[in-house]
Amino acid sequence: MGSLSTHEFLKSVRRRRRADSLFMVVVLSATLVSTLTLIVIFTTLSVESVAFFTHASILEFLTGTKWTVLFAEKHYGILPLLNATVLTSLIAIAVSAPAGIAAAIYLSEYAGPRFRNIAKPVIETLSGVPTVVYGYFALYLVTPNLLRVFWEGISIHNALAVGLMIGILTLPIVVAISDDALKAVPNDLRLAAYSLGSRKIDVVFRVVLPAALSGVVASIILAFARAMGETLIAAIAGGFRPVLSFDPGESMQTMTSYIAQVATGDAPHGTVEYQSLFAVGFLLLLITATLNFIGLRVIRRWEIKY
Amino acid sequence: MGDQILIRDQVDRRRSDLKRWLDRIVPVVLSVGVFFGVTVLAALVVDVVLEGSHRLSLNLITNYPSANPAEAGMRSAILGTIATVGLSAVICIPLSIASAIYLIEYAAGKRWAEVLRYNIANLAGVPSVVFGVVGLGFLVYGLGVGRSVLAGAFTLAILTLPYVTVTCVEAIKTVPEDLKFGAYALGATRFQVVRSIILPRALPMMLTGGILGISRAIGEAAPILVISGLLFIREDPTSLFDRFTVMPLQLFNWISRPQPAFRELSAAGIIVLLLILLALNSLVIYMRYRLYRRLEAT
Repeated sequence: MGSLSTHEFLKSVRRRRRADSLFMVVVLSATLVSTLTLIVIFTTLSVESVAFFTHASILEFLTGTKWTVLFAEKHYGILPLLNATVLTSLIAIAVSAPAGIAAAIYLSEYAGPRFRNIAKPVIETLSGVPTVVYGYFALYLVTPNLLRVFWEGISIHNALAVGLMIGILTLPIVVAISDDALKAVPNDLRLAAYSLGSRKIDVVFRVVLPAALSGVVASIILAFARAMGETLIAAIAGGFRPVLSFDPGESMQTMTSYIAQVATGDAPHGTVEYQSLFAVGFLLLLITATLNFIGLRVIRRWEIKY
Repeated sequence: MGDQILIRDQVDRRRSDLKRWLDRIVPVVLSVGVFFGVTVLAALVVDVVLEGSHRLSLNLITNYPSANPAEAGMRSAILGTIATVGLSAVICIPLSIASAIYLIEYAAGKRWAEVLRYNIANLAGVPSVVFGVVGLGFLVYGLGVGRSVLAGAFTLAILTLPYVTVTCVEAIKTVPEDLKFGAYALGATRFQVVRSIILPRALPMMLTGGILGISRAIGEAAPILVISGLLFIREDPTSLFDRFTVMPLQLFNWISRPQPAFRELSAAGIIVLLLILLALNSLVIYMRYRLYRRLEAT
């Protein structure tokens, strides 16, 4: 190898340094895209929501019980939509929390590694199925073949079928996060309990589960947030009737399916129908963001450090 | 005194019998939770196949949508999905890889990195329909992109960004520290370490994350519904500024029609969609297997 002159060597160092700092600028700007997106989300929703609230007062929006933005005589009370969203999400949690926690406990404490390695990806698949498929399932299978058997008067579009399907959709969230929490409980705790003569049932429900409780609670909160944002199932199987009702057998419109309805119809830019999309979207974002924040906090704060 | 001891003994034994019984029955009850999910998935697939398999034909893929269910197909929707999701992957995957590199190699340990990570976690929690609403306000009308393939692709790219970034971060973490330190000790710059140490080793795993992001984007209907509306399109998308529809939206359209023929058609369409997702996921499993073998070998 020929000798390298100092001059050439320094030049190569400088070149490498330049490439390095250029590269840093590139990767930094890529990272900033997500931050920028959050800013764009907030400003876009705020600007159009402000325009919306020139038509309706915030008080009416939050406390009104009639939502007739798409009709000639307009009322701007979000409560019917909010109620439907909360109702379907509660039904969803009533499915996914018990089934998910049971599955997580079984997989983490009872199942052998082979069963676990097969069952976990299969459950994971449930969240990979496009939601339009769950909508089809709710409308054509669950309501006519399952719900109608027990409940004759149930409407074709109903909140119950929507909630049940969203429950299936959110099941993997509960399983994954609860399972992580259970797995994180150190084995010493189990062994100590056994050495004191505990039966497995006591070890699982009196030692391991309480130790993992924060993660289990968080999994339910995060699943609830996910359930509130689900759109296609509600739009297909819930119907487009904005009514304030607590009867899960009735057709009712959630916040997300209202957005879907406006999107399928024609809402020209600048009209109050168009602006209402942003107000509803903003409220939905605020609620789900709060829930996610609480969920992540619960995981972090209550986490017992071993 | 003696009587009391006897009673305590009986109580203990009874409790112990109960526990023994519980110990047998509880795992069975809990496993129902596992089989519940699996059963629903199986029922779903069986129902769709029974309902739609006889409608599967090439027409479904090559024909345009039609008011006549006998000849309706989803050609424009399939091409729309390929264009939109393909473009979104081209945007999302490099962005995710770059973000992951910055987070791990440049900002690691700094408070700043925590802030950025927190932003990404927040982005992952935004409901997908809200991305659609923002895409409509910001891209379609704000920037004047129109209800186009471009607007849809950007929205899907941002939607999948947090998921793909997280897998890319995990991929970089699998690269042994020793190799990096060795390179740094020889005077390599960060760029050189990233290019010749990290990327060659982490890229396959990053790509599996990218494919999972793609399969998620294929199934997303809500944001595209808001951006594109529910359209009846009988043309192939040819430019980035064309209006478009995607497969889940075409299915939504068919499902919403009351005629039984459309119900069968939507079931057949669902089979096609699920087959595509199955193929993508099998690819991921195969890639992971290869990766695992390679890691075992070294």
